[in-house]
Amino acid sequence: LTELIFIIPCSGIGKAFGTISREATYQVVEDLRKGETDTLCLSLLVIGDEDSNHLVQSHRCIAIDGCPLECAKKNLQLAGAKLTTNFRVIDLLKEHRSLKPKNITFLDQEGRELAKLLADQIAAKIDELNRGEINS
Amino acid sequence: MNSPPKIGVVSCSGEGCVEGTLSRVATRFVLERLRSDNTVTICLPLFLTGEKGERMFAKYFPTIAVDGCEKKCAEKAIEKYSGKTAHSIVVIDLLNEWNVEKPGSRRNRLTRPPCPKHRTARWFLWECTSSTPMCSCAL
Repeated sequence: LTELIFIIPCSGIGKAFGTISREATYQVVEDLRKGETDTLCLSLLVIGDEDSNHLVQSHRCIAIDGCPLECAKKNLQLAGAKLTTNFRVIDLLKEHRSLKPKNITFLDQEGRELAKLLADQIAAKIDELNRGEINS
Repeated sequence: MNSPPKIGVVSCSGEGCVEGTLSRVATRFVLERLRSDNTVTICLPLFLTGEKGERMFAKYFPTIAVDGCEKKCAEKAIEKYSGKTAHSIVVIDLLNEWNVEKPGSRRNRLTRPPCPKHRTARWFLWECTSSTPMCSCAL
């Protein structure tokens, strides 16, 4: 039985990056690595919720941030989480400059493509973690 | 001519529960369509990790907290780090009040903007929960 890994996306709602980070997270926890992963509300860490702090301190976590402000990563670090790695949508965009997501509430085709690419990268990282190829 | 005063709308954005998705999408609706002229927002985690400017948010703007559940993260974070909220809305309370079952998935399944004729809370919930559109106006 593999230990549950928590994937924490950013809460950004001002740009498409946050929406992409959440869609990628949901693809992983609900489809690609269902049962091996879960997510929780970043806002619970912001208010210092004890149960949520305990969960991220006792499980491996992956931060998925939209922009360089890295709210998910920073809030996980402040909560004392077992942060194993982090992804940034902004970096993915640099690798795929032809994709230009515009919509925030309703992801357009290019936003959905980026979310799928990101979800595949997260799933691959989870496999590496579970094989013990990355220090956790 | 003076521009209308800005009002802050801050969603809990809770990624772990479906009510958080509803709070987030409803907030975007307000910002993009319902009151685009006089509303602004901020990403909630910035209250903890951002600069002093973000913490002054509720001092600059009268602010409405839009929370998914009874933990009221948005209201608590705003009042802890920024200032008193002007109003607070909790999605789970509204669902109970309207006797509406919450959607099964945390994903935002909306694929189209609301049509002007059916731009109501019930339309919003229907489109979030059902794979069949409630109306064909905007198809």
